[in-house]
Amino acid sequence: MNGNSSLVRRGTAVSVALLVVVLAAWQWGPGLLGIPVFIIPPLSAVFDEFLRMLAVSGLMTHTGVTAIEVIAGFVLGSLLGAFFGYVLGMSPTAEFALSPYILALQIAFFPVMVNVLTAIRTVDPDLVNLARAFTATRAQIFWKIEFPASLPPLFAGLRIASTLAVVGVVVGELVGGNVGLGYLLAFGEGQANTAMVFVAIFMLTVVGGIAYLAVILAEQRVLHYLPRRALRGV
Amino acid sequence: MSDVVRLEYRNVTMRFAAASAKGLTAVQGVSFCVRDGEVVSLIGPSGCGKSTLLNIGSGLYTPSAGEAFVDGERVEGPNAHVAFMLQKDLLLPWRTVLENVMFGVEIQRLALPERKRRAHALLENLNLAEFAGHYPHQLSGGMRQRVALARTLAVDPSVLLLDEPFSAVDAQTRMVLQRELAQTLKRAGKTALLITHDLLEAVTLSDRVLVMSRRPGRIIDEISVELPQRDDPIARRQAPRVNEYVARLMDRLDIGHAGQDAVGASA
Repeated sequence: MNGNSSLVRRGTAVSVALLVVVLAAWQWGPGLLGIPVFIIPPLSAVFDEFLRMLAVSGLMTHTGVTAIEVIAGFVLGSLLGAFFGYVLGMSPTAEFALSPYILALQIAFFPVMVNVLTAIRTVDPDLVNLARAFTATRAQIFWKIEFPASLPPLFAGLRIASTLAVVGVVVGELVGGNVGLGYLLAFGEGQANTAMVFVAIFMLTVVGGIAYLAVILAEQRVLHYLPRRALRGV
Repeated sequence: MSDVVRLEYRNVTMRFAAASAKGLTAVQGVSFCVRDGEVVSLIGPSGCGKSTLLNIGSGLYTPSAGEAFVDGERVEGPNAHVAFMLQKDLLLPWRTVLENVMFGVEIQRLALPERKRRAHALLENLNLAEFAGHYPHQLSGGMRQRVALARTLAVDPSVLLLDEPFSAVDAQTRMVLQRELAQTLKRAGKTALLITHDLLEAVTLSDRVLVMSRRPGRIIDEISVELPQRDDPIARRQAPRVNEYVARLMDRLDIGHAGQDAVGASA
């Protein structure tokens, strides 16, 4: 955006400086404070372990498996969440009858469902009346008013769901299975290989970050009509 | 103006089941008609049931007793003969101006070319043609309200029901919008029922003004506005007799009498 270029430049400079400070603190901080390497391994040790795992331990395979699980969990959970959100939003009876069972299903499903449900419930009744006065059918009210009105909160829910999906997958991999980043996490811990744990955590952050970014890109495409803020927040 | 009755309320009473045991009677025994091409204003204290009458006319409410007729047909529910416009513009933020104007005709399933033809013609008339591709948040309040008017007119209703359509815009914009509305109604020969708190607006825009009592609302007076130029409310403002009409309305609404605040300043 015009007029913001100096702000962007300053913001980027501060971000980079902050990163350098954090990385330096990670490399030399633990040693200075006398923290043992098996609790917080320095940056260089984690990086060495990263390269070793890439070469020997099939790090990319594990990451790929986890990423696919995240995508599958996210898509399924969100679709289910959106579906139930719309159904419950339109029928208070259904909400009363199904809520106890739905509370048992959490993770990616839940934030999407709650957001969609709230959005459907809070659509301006005057808008619905306007459509009704134009002789709209129930289906027209849904597709022309309620569904588009639910999209901004739906995407807010998807953002949360994209990161929660990672949590759900890792929990699953920690509990059972012999593949994926959650497994590497548990394996590294069992071997007292803290550097491996850190590498797994780092890769999980990358997977979660990419999932989150993908949601944001989709959101900007779909919600293009919303007024833009000076800087697009992520 | 012909003698054909476009909108008629026959002995309409509306009670709402309220939290208090007795319930709430919003309007009681209201009867009046609006003839073809006529513009009638409805004024009265806040909460006297003006908007209730409008909702009954548009078929959103069913009266507890009595009935409403549009074009001689009993109003049984929402129908294509009437269209309403509120203080809120109710534009859909995800639709462009053109798509918003087409909202009503789209619901009524008109063919796309006809929808577009009507919408473009109305935008042209209301000096909005160059904003067809804009989104509502890019427009000023007055322009948004003009888009709402275009959307209301696009369905080509026999009767327009207008509920304080300009009370949310600033005073200067309101005068311009009032004139545009008056000219549009005149040009299209439309029939309209206008709810307003603004006594001057009622006098300058209408052929007749109906005064309602406080709740339960009844019609307590009917004033025919014998002024020329109904299509130019700004010119009408200059007419000396306007003040007489406004004074009479104030008197009927008990404005200025001790201990009374008959007309709410806001909706």
